[in-house]
Amino acid sequence: MPVALWRSPAVAGPAALVERNLVIYRHTWYLLLAEVFEPVLYLVSMGLGIGALVGHVPGLGDPSVGYVDFVAPALLATAAMNGAMNETTFNIYGKLRMLRTYDSILATPLTVRDVALGEVAWALLRGTAVTVVFGAAVAAFGLVHSLWALLILPGALLVAFAFAAAGLAVVTYIRSWQDFQLVQLVMLPMFLFATTFYPLGVYPRPVQIGVECLPLYQSIELIRQPSLGVVDAGVGWAALYLLLLGCASLALALRRLERMLLP
Amino acid sequence: MADVLIEARGLRKVHAPRGAAAPTEAVAGIDFRVTAGEAFGFLGPNGAGKSTTMRMVAAVSPPSSGRLEILGMDPATHGPQIRARLGSVPQDDTLDTELTVRENLLVYGRYFGLPRAVIRERAARLLEFARLADKADEQVEALSGGMRRRLTIARSLVNDPEILLLDEPTTGLDPQARHLLWERLFRLKQQGVTLLLTTHYMDEAEQLCDRIVVMDHGRIVAEGSPRGLIEAHCTREVLELRFPPDRQQQAAEKIADTAKGVDARVEVLPDRLLVYADDGEDALTAVHRTGVEPLTALVRRAGLEDVFLTLTGRTLVD
Ligand SMILES: Nc1ncnc2c1ncn2[C@@H]1O[C@H](COP(=O)(O)OP(=O)(O)O)[C@@H](O)[C@H]1O
Ligand SMILES: [Mg+2]
Repeated sequence: MPVALWRSPAVAGPAALVERNLVIYRHTWYLLLAEVFEPVLYLVSMGLGIGALVGHVPGLGDPSVGYVDFVAPALLATAAMNGAMNETTFNIYGKLRMLRTYDSILATPLTVRDVALGEVAWALLRGTAVTVVFGAAVAAFGLVHSLWALLILPGALLVAFAFAAAGLAVVTYIRSWQDFQLVQLVMLPMFLFATTFYPLGVYPRPVQIGVECLPLYQSIELIRQPSLGVVDAGVGWAALYLLLLGCASLALALRRLERMLLP
Repeated sequence: MADVLIEARGLRKVHAPRGAAAPTEAVAGIDFRVTAGEAFGFLGPNGAGKSTTMRMVAAVSPPSSGRLEILGMDPATHGPQIRARLGSVPQDDTLDTELTVRENLLVYGRYFGLPRAVIRERAARLLEFARLADKADEQVEALSGGMRRRLTIARSLVNDPEILLLDEPTTGLDPQARHLLWERLFRLKQQGVTLLLTTHYMDEAEQLCDRIVVMDHGRIVAEGSPRGLIEAHCTREVLELRFPPDRQQQAAEKIADTAKGVDARVEVLPDRLLVYADDGEDALTAVHRTGVEPLTALVRRAGLEDVFLTLTGRTLVD
């Protein structure tokens, strides 16, 4: 009974929060375009520009993989990550510390759990929306190769979930806008080195292990493999990794938010 | 006997701040009961523990110890069920500043799981009630302090609450806005809504409350109706005398001597003397006889302010 499920408090609570954000988003939907603009910019400049120099990416088995095909899925994973994480870090920080949005929400039947799940669900929607629009741009470049590409959307959802939850955990530690610099200090190198622009093979083995531990590396694997149509067990591991990261982050975030919001 | 809606026994709250700072016992074990349909007030100075008590009753802050029962339920286990039947107006307005005036009501109603059609109808009615119908599509930032307060109250009514919690509903408002709010709250009371409010204004407590507890340093120091409290702890009238600062001390001593003879009591405040006497004019005559010349002299009825001063030796608003 889908209607009964929708009405049940476990779903209705988070859904009410998503609805709140939607009401605001009606006025600010164009921000979505700004978020898609960035990966498109990278795709055009790096993919086409550097792609012209590089031609094919070595070490990937199939010599037909052009550089743009290689970079596009990584940018898509990054877009899902940023779309979700910007929401649960920047936006939630504002609501938590400046606007004190949740103080009044928690005076209603909604619980901290409803708020956390609602915000993650919303971030997931945002991340997915960015991915879909960017994905459409990628498809327009003719970069979709096989039926495996159907896995891209659920993959992007999982990436968005993991980073939305991670962002929610991170934001509970942030004390001032300056602290966001530290977040950038982690996010930017991860973006540059998590095999976004070149394959893992260029690193010596010890560095490879380090890179493989990065959540963005796993996210890129999860999307790049089906996108290129070459799928191995790595996809399964990546999915498991992101699922665990998301659930653990959510549990941590819940515990910390409970103490922050209900003193 | 009327239904008991809220019952607290030995209710305590200790705030443990981060870091090395010492914990504060904001509420130090209080007992009270609120019955259906009454207007119950917490009167006390800043830091008395009023807001902390209200947050516990609103089921948004877990008590450190003691028993608390709201609508027959324990907030620790039935928070959502309790909050579904409460309206809450916190001390600082917590309106959603990202939404318009009307959206604040529409969205808030959804948190209670109410159908959209029901909320739309109620929102229109509440905007009228709060005299905000012409501001419905404005941003919250565009509202004055009094309008925000009224919107917060309107919002707290969206779920048709049985109990309305109001933490200093009129603090910071101009007299006109205060009277408008009082009138709206009085109407709610007549409709049978149980009101629980805090204030540090004695006139507000006198206007709105059937029953009051006086709080100080996290404890309840007196309880009763506004009139009853004044009768129990004060004389009927108060004589207020002002002197030039350098002469006040000397005058106080002289008057205190005379007061002993006529069964009156003298309080010395930084800027004036208060003489508690059943007949203020008689007391003033007695003062004149001692040869003391006050700059001004005023006889008034005793109020809750005087009750507080008598009980704690301090003024309510400083
Ligand atoms: N979240 C908090 N953390 C630490 N101390 C607090 C907190 N809230 C209130 N207090 C302290 O508890 C005491 C009572 O505060 P409060 O309940 O706000 O009093 P009132 O509302 O009567 O002014 C004060 O000493 C205040 O500083
Ligand atoms: Mg207070």
